[in-house]
Amino acid sequence: MDRVYNALKEIVGERFVSNQQEELYLYSRDPGTMDPVWPDYVVMPASTEEVQKIVMLANQEKIPLVPQGGGLVLSGLTIPLKGGILVDMKRMNRIIEVNKNSRYVIVEAGCSHGLLQSYLNQNYPDLRHSLPDSPPISTVGGNVCIHGSGHLSQVYGFHSDMVNGMEVVLPTGEICKIGSCSTSPYWFARAPLPDLAGLFLGWFGTTGIMTKISLKLYPHKRMKDVMLFLTENPEYISDIIYKVTDTEVAEDITISCAPKPDWMDGFQLTSIAIVGRNKAELDFKFRTIRSALASYIDSREGGFMYMPPAMKHNFTEVPLRSTARFADVKKGGGFEYVGAIMPVDKFPDAYRAGHEIAQRCETTYSLSARIIGRAHCMMFSCAYAFNRADKADVDRAKQALHETNKAVLELGGIPWKAEFPAQQLILERMDPNTLRLMEQVRKLMDPNGIMNPGNWEVK
Amino acid sequence: MYELKFDPELCASCETIDCLMKCQYISFDLQTAREERDRLNRGEDSFVLHDCVTCYACEEYCQFGNHPFYQIVDLQEEKGIWPTPKPIVHSQIKMYSPKGTFEPKEVEGTAFNMCLFPDFRDSIKGKLFEDTTQLFGRDLFCNLVYLHYAKASVIRERVPQIIKNFASCGIQELVCFHDECYATYKSWAPAYGIEVPFKPVHLFQFLIDRLKENRSAIKKLGFKVAYQRPCSTRLVPETEPMLDELFELIGVDRVPRKYDRETPLCCGAIMRASGREELADEINKKNIEDMLDAGASLCVFNCQGCYAAMGEMVAQAGLRPILVHDLCKLAIGEKV
Repeated sequence: MDRVYNALKEIVGERFVSNQQEELYLYSRDPGTMDPVWPDYVVMPASTEEVQKIVMLANQEKIPLVPQGGGLVLSGLTIPLKGGILVDMKRMNRIIEVNKNSRYVIVEAGCSHGLLQSYLNQNYPDLRHSLPDSPPISTVGGNVCIHGSGHLSQVYGFHSDMVNGMEVVLPTGEICKIGSCSTSPYWFARAPLPDLAGLFLGWFGTTGIMTKISLKLYPHKRMKDVMLFLTENPEYISDIIYKVTDTEVAEDITISCAPKPDWMDGFQLTSIAIVGRNKAELDFKFRTIRSALASYIDSREGGFMYMPPAMKHNFTEVPLRSTARFADVKKGGGFEYVGAIMPVDKFPDAYRAGHEIAQRCETTYSLSARIIGRAHCMMFSCAYAFNRADKADVDRAKQALHETNKAVLELGGIPWKAEFPAQQLILERMDPNTLRLMEQVRKLMDPNGIMNPGNWEVK
Repeated sequence: MYELKFDPELCASCETIDCLMKCQYISFDLQTAREERDRLNRGEDSFVLHDCVTCYACEEYCQFGNHPFYQIVDLQEEKGIWPTPKPIVHSQIKMYSPKGTFEPKEVEGTAFNMCLFPDFRDSIKGKLFEDTTQLFGRDLFCNLVYLHYAKASVIRERVPQIIKNFASCGIQELVCFHDECYATYKSWAPAYGIEVPFKPVHLFQFLIDRLKENRSAIKKLGFKVAYQRPCSTRLVPETEPMLDELFELIGVDRVPRKYDRETPLCCGAIMRASGREELADEINKKNIEDMLDAGASLCVFNCQGCYAAMGEMVAQAGLRPILVHDLCKLAIGEKV
């Protein structure tokens, strides 16, 4: 019998470990373009202590460990590039504590956004967290690991900025607390201590496995509405965003420039979400934003699309169903995108590059952007849908992704949650001292090189 | 291209200039109205072309049937005046463009034109709508909405083919669910010399006829209703007495109010699309207050667009929003 399998069985119980092909198959791939690589084992721990034991076993056996949340990253970050044990965190989905007055929640890292949203709605209707537009099964831990963003990011930044603290199992097996919880019973902030969260956020699970996270919560104003501003000149967008964010009343701002449906081709649709405790607050925000964009309306270069109240739900629901709908537009379940984190004033260049690349590669595409942190940057997304059963279609999408990654870097942006080839493009451009520092940190933390190997490594 | 039948001499001979003097959104004294009328007649620019909210009312106010509103729209387009922001107009023109692949549909019974309102198809059921065949889609869309956008050229380009599409279904009569469709075939097309080879039938007339066929099933409703008269009825004011007859048949009292009959207020949708939100808010408020002051308990809509724009607002004010065909269904004991 397999020694590692037996040891894993000992840790989590027989039901929660597998080396069966039909189960390994599911964990060998994601909906993106990365080629599948099979793990040797899949394990589902239920506690921090079980994670710790798995890490210690991996060290002992010198076998790679790849932590996975919802498995929805799309860019192959949880495909086990060098095989080993895939650690599926979905059983660690408990909501441990809500501190209402300090507005934070402590969850296990495998807690899904849908579960947390539902729990808060039922038990703390005045509080909410920032949701990404991924399907509700995406996890809190997976999302902060990749610097995710969502419906409150325009106001509060990346989801990783919303982390108060965390519990992590280090690559060497120690359980370590980061933030105020390292010193206090309360998980209220990362300050005033040296900020060690940066050793884990954005590292794609290459520096440890997050097991608990304290996430900031925000007021939940129940009345919401959306304003849809339409333009047909991408040069206007950064100014429009500047003007809207200058009002400080917009909650979420996204820009959609999809070639489908036909009537959208050539237009930029800026969706501005607003919320309020009452109609007066909503009306005030409406007026403020309208006034900010009056010059475009007066010159007839832009205008708010009229939308009957009954149709607004399609734009105000969280998460947006339409995002997932586009992901399967080609049928065959293939979807990946370059989400470029870049300055907002690069919008016109990114828009032109996105259209040009997609048309050259003859792939089905959609362009969109989400504003992050009052226009400090944006996540500009060039999304490609493809049929996974059609190799030529997959290759076209792969080519489009590669060219988009290169174009993004040339424009001064950085591909977000970059797949392995894009990571290589990033590392090639990175300041050599920064790269050396990353390598040193990693070597120090993970002497056996077991954590998600292949990612954030120079080929 | 089809030309508007507008007689500038007839217009110049008008002493009362009702088209401008009765306007509810721009104020004129008679001298100013005369000067602006003359400018428009000479094909010159006028503030009327810029300030017009496109409520269509002047088309009704003109005693001579001389089509002042259609003339305004043509002049707006000719002079490159955009009542609505360009991207909105361009996207709407694309959104509702014909697919160009119309297959004639076999019509059994009465041809019932649903325009571009597929969401209402399920409500066109029950006794009153037996033996009807619904026709709908972009290739049958009347396109009259582009009057609001100073794009009569789009209507001129599309409507002849739309008419051909309907005619290819072999229909003699076409019942129009949307008031604007009826106005297209009854008012706009003739004004541009476009022949309509079928008889448009207004929804009111259709409902009157069907209710009379089911007279024994009618239970007088006894409601006091406020009627939200849509812009398109300004093109076909002869339908107003039909509505009165319809209301009488089902025992509904159309409450007299300030903003009905010759002085209704717009639902505001087109004003919002044009960026005139404050004006839309103001007229919605005045309109709904007037409905309440008049003692109405329901707000009856004839236009599906008005219903979408104002339905929630009137409901929040305590009035039940209802479309006229649903009201008729209630009168014969059907659920809506």
